[in-house]
Formats: sequence, C-alpha cells, structure tokens
Amino acid sequence: MSFDESHGSPKGSSMRTPLGRVRNLGAAHSGTSDFWRQRITGVAMTLLMIPVIVIVMMLLGRNQAGAAQILGSLPIAVILLLFIFASAWHMKIGMQVVIEDYIHNEKLKLISIMLNNFFSFAVALASTYAILKLSSGV
Amino acid sequence: MVEFALPKNSKISGGKTWPKPAGATETREFRVYRWNPDDGKNPSVDTYYVDTQDCGPMVLDGLIWIKNNIDPSLTFRRSCREGVCGSCAMNIDGQNTLACTRSMHDVKDGAVKINPLPHQPVVKDLIPDLTNFYAQYASVEPWLKTTSPTPQKEWKQSHEDREKLDGLYECILCACCSTSCPSYWWNSERYLGPAALLQANRWVSDSRDEATGERLDNLEDPFRLYRCHTIMNCAKACPKGLNPAEAIAELKLKMVERQI
Repeated sequence: MSFDESHGSPKGSSMRTPLGRVRNLGAAHSGTSDFWRQRITGVAMTLLMIPVIVIVMMLLGRNQAGAAQILGSLPIAVILLLFIFASAWHMKIGMQVVIEDYIHNEKLKLISIMLNNFFSFAVALASTYAILKLSSGV
Repeated sequence: MVEFALPKNSKISGGKTWPKPAGATETREFRVYRWNPDDGKNPSVDTYYVDTQDCGPMVLDGLIWIKNNIDPSLTFRRSCREGVCGSCAMNIDGQNTLACTRSMHDVKDGAVKINPLPHQPVVKDLIPDLTNFYAQYASVEPWLKTTSPTPQKEWKQSHEDREKLDGLYECILCACCSTSCPSYWWNSERYLGPAALLQANRWVSDSRDEATGERLDNLEDPFRLYRCHTIMNCAKACPKGLNPAEAIAELKLKMVERQI
C-alpha cells in the first residue's frame, strides 16, 4: 500500500516519490544564526535581569523628574537599552519559532512573520526612544 | 494551523469485547486499536483476554497469542522478538516502545492498552505507514562518502574515533523516537525527526567520512534540523536507551562551530 492510500495520509499528496517530497526545495542553509542569536540574547537577558530589577525598584514611586534623574546615569541607561535590545530580539526569534511550528498555511505564516518583525521592531524602537528621552532630560 | 483534534475518519468508535478464553485461570486484559482499510468504518478499540498461563511474558507474546487463539485478523509487524529488528514498535500504555521487549507485567494498572505509533498514517490495525520516515532516513545518505582513492585494505579509524560512534550506531530505526516528538507531529513533512538526525550525526561524527561539510549543509535548515526544541520525548521513548536529543544538540554545536 502506498503512502497515499493509507489511513490519515496528508491531503493532496502528489505522485512525487517519498524522497522527492522529503528533499523538496532543498536545505535553506540558514537557521544557525537565529539559533545562535537566541542563545546570545538569552544569556544576555539572564545577566541583565538582576540589574534591571534593581533599576525598576529604584524607579518605583518616583515622578518623571526623579526617573529622569536616575536614567540620566550612563550605566543605568546602557543597561536598560541592552536589555530592551536583547529581549526584543529574543522575543522576535522566539515568536517566529512558534509561528513556524504551528501555522502551516503559507500565506498566513508569511503575514504572521512579517507582523512579528514589525511588532518587535516597534516595541524596541518605542522603548529605546522613551529611555533616551528620559535619560537626556528632555 | 496544526490539527489538534483527530480527523473525522480517525475518531475511535465502539469496539468488540471478545469472550474470555474458556478454562483460563489467569487472564490479562488487552485493549487493542483496530482499523481495517476495507470496511469503511472508523477505528475502534477491541478488548481481548489473554491466558497468561499459556503465553510468554512480553506484550508481543500476548499479541501473538491473541492472533493464534482468538482473532487471526489482528494485524501487526513483528520479526526478531528480541529488540533487534524494530518491527514491533507501537504505543503501549501511552509510551512508544517495542512490544517484544516490554513485559506485560510492567504495565501496572488495568488493561494493556495498545495503539499504533502516534501521528502516522495507519495501514491496518497496529501497522503505521513509515514511508516518509524511511525517505527521511534515505535523505541523510547513510553511507560512507569519500573522494580519496579507496585504500587496498580498509578505511582506518582509531579506537578513539570509533568510540565517538557509540550511542549512535545502535539505532534500529524503530521510529519510537520520531513518532513521540511533538515537533515531528506538527511538521513531519519538513522536520527530519530525531531518528534521521541521530543517523545524520552518526555519519557526521564518522572520522572516515569525507563529506562532513556537505552533510551539515544538507541539514542546515530552520525546519530540517532546528524544529528540535529539546523536548526530550525521543530520549524517553528510545527502547535501546539512546539519546537522539543529545545527537541533535551535537549537530547544532557543529553548525555553530563552523561559523564562529
């Protein structure tokens, strides 16, 4: 019995050979960069987590002027910017993995990946702008 | 989207309870998945009672006893009955394993529940269609590839290099690991799965092979390799005690190693 005739076989399977189907369009020769960046940003976030929590606790209950005073310190602003950068990038890669895992409709997948890129970039940019604005005292 | 529910024609309905064997003093209940491609019905789960005084201790012994004594139409693959051929891989009590090496006494509570390997097309009863699985194995080109002139005697390998193949060469391709992997369930058309990737690492790790880079090129793909999220079901399921997740992690390390 062929793959096409058996119970529960994928819909619309063609007359291609099984090996032809597996090889399909060939290897993308990519994926390692995302894999490596996900690890780098993960380690970076682990290292930055405690300083960021301390900074957030320092900011609690302060008004804008007080917050601007704390963020005016270069190391604090840099730590927050690094955290934003690492977490936005990590979020983008992680969400893309989830989309690739579960969304099989090619059009929907393409749109979702695009929106994920836009969203991650917008969040990173808005957060960066907010930190720069406060730390420059404008 | 991924299908989280069974397709309509895969939903299990009813099932026959076969009478207990006459004169048996000790029986064990077996609930076995049945599906016949010829009768147009949905799958069902039949209940059998095996005379444990009259058959061997393994789940496969129970299935063979059912086929010989109760229901000759029960269909399953088996061959070596000692964990070498990988034919009798099936899902026993929720765990993919070999029926020949799993004792029915290790299945603790109640009936021995037997289903085909998950998320594969079914040919009949407990027989999954592994066409795609074997094609994926073939796609990693599991043979020695060399360009140097073939030596007169043999391709030599040091004892240390030979040891690097331990934990890889023992795979019997039973498909317990791949069919236990959620990533493989969702993307089996594009993700090669733990078994094929373990075999790929077996050839990438072979010191005699001269196509290591080409092999890694062939695997470097967001779907073929990087669908593995280290869920570790593969290592838990492997009836030979191998660790495909570790083999995949080694492949990923080699991918990074050649880039930085």
